[in-house]
Amino acid sequence: MQLEIQRPGEYSMRAKNAHAHNDDRESTSTTVFGFWIYLMTDAMLFATIFVTYAVVFTNTAGGAGPGELFELPFVSVETALLLVSSTTFGFSMITARAENKAATLAWLGITFALGAGFLAMELHEFGGMIAEGHGPDRSAFLSGFFTLVGTHGLHVASGLVWIVVMAVQVTAHGFSETIMRRMMCLSLFWHFLDVVWICVFSIVYLLGVILNV
Amino acid sequence: MSSQPHSPAEDHASTSQTHAAHGTYGSYLVGFGLSALLTAIAFAVVMMPMFSRPTTIVVVTVVGLVQICVQNFFFMHLTHRSERWNFVSFFFTVLIIAILVGGSLWIMYHLNRNMMM
Repeated sequence: MQLEIQRPGEYSMRAKNAHAHNDDRESTSTTVFGFWIYLMTDAMLFATIFVTYAVVFTNTAGGAGPGELFELPFVSVETALLLVSSTTFGFSMITARAENKAATLAWLGITFALGAGFLAMELHEFGGMIAEGHGPDRSAFLSGFFTLVGTHGLHVASGLVWIVVMAVQVTAHGFSETIMRRMMCLSLFWHFLDVVWICVFSIVYLLGVILNV
Repeated sequence: MSSQPHSPAEDHASTSQTHAAHGTYGSYLVGFGLSALLTAIAFAVVMMPMFSRPTTIVVVTVVGLVQICVQNFFFMHLTHRSERWNFVSFFFTVLIIAILVGGSLWIMYHLNRNMMM
């Protein structure tokens, strides 16, 4: 009985393998599409917070406005870090497809360092503003600012945790179909955060400084 | 992937069929170069004012929208050929966001005008 079950014919064995493989591929494309739909809903979440910010940003309650608070050279460095990290994540996808573990881990490490640098600068900016009395409770403008930029920062922090988890999994399991599927989702997530940041620096920082009288 | 009983070439062919557009070092670098250039333009027109305020607003907005398209294409490989439904859901999202943003600003503009005058 046992023996019979463990000795299927060569043909059916192959067919079973091929079938399992097709299932894997099917599930990869379905999973990545599902993740894409999540990103689209996340885009709507960000749009909602952006609109709230746009509606209240002139209400500074007699406090400092964007013109006095934002330092554009500082923001340009943050922007550069995130843009370079988006590119280096792209490189890690290329090396992952080539199943080059060392290079993939190196690019993931560089991406993590750049992302962590971005987040550290953002926290430094937040800390400085709060210390000088420009915290989120000061005005509607600042509540909107901290909610919007903070939500993006939280996403970056989640992305950093995910990169660490991904690196551990690549180290342990190599480049199986499952790992590549997760890498694809993470790459979409990380590039998406850079796209949201384009909106943040354009609308909050640049237009904020231009429109602030 | 590596444990599956077929050649890497075959794997590559079938994978690129499912997810048509994969990046290369070249395409990521082109995307990076264009994004860096567009970002530099946006910061430059604000930090070293050279245009009137309305022109500057238009430049920053247009350059930002172009950069979103550049990154969607070069980083996220969003094209109508690669993944049709990704493309469709993206445009649906753009439509919702346009209604959300346009509608809210329109309402608040009229509210402010009627309250303050």
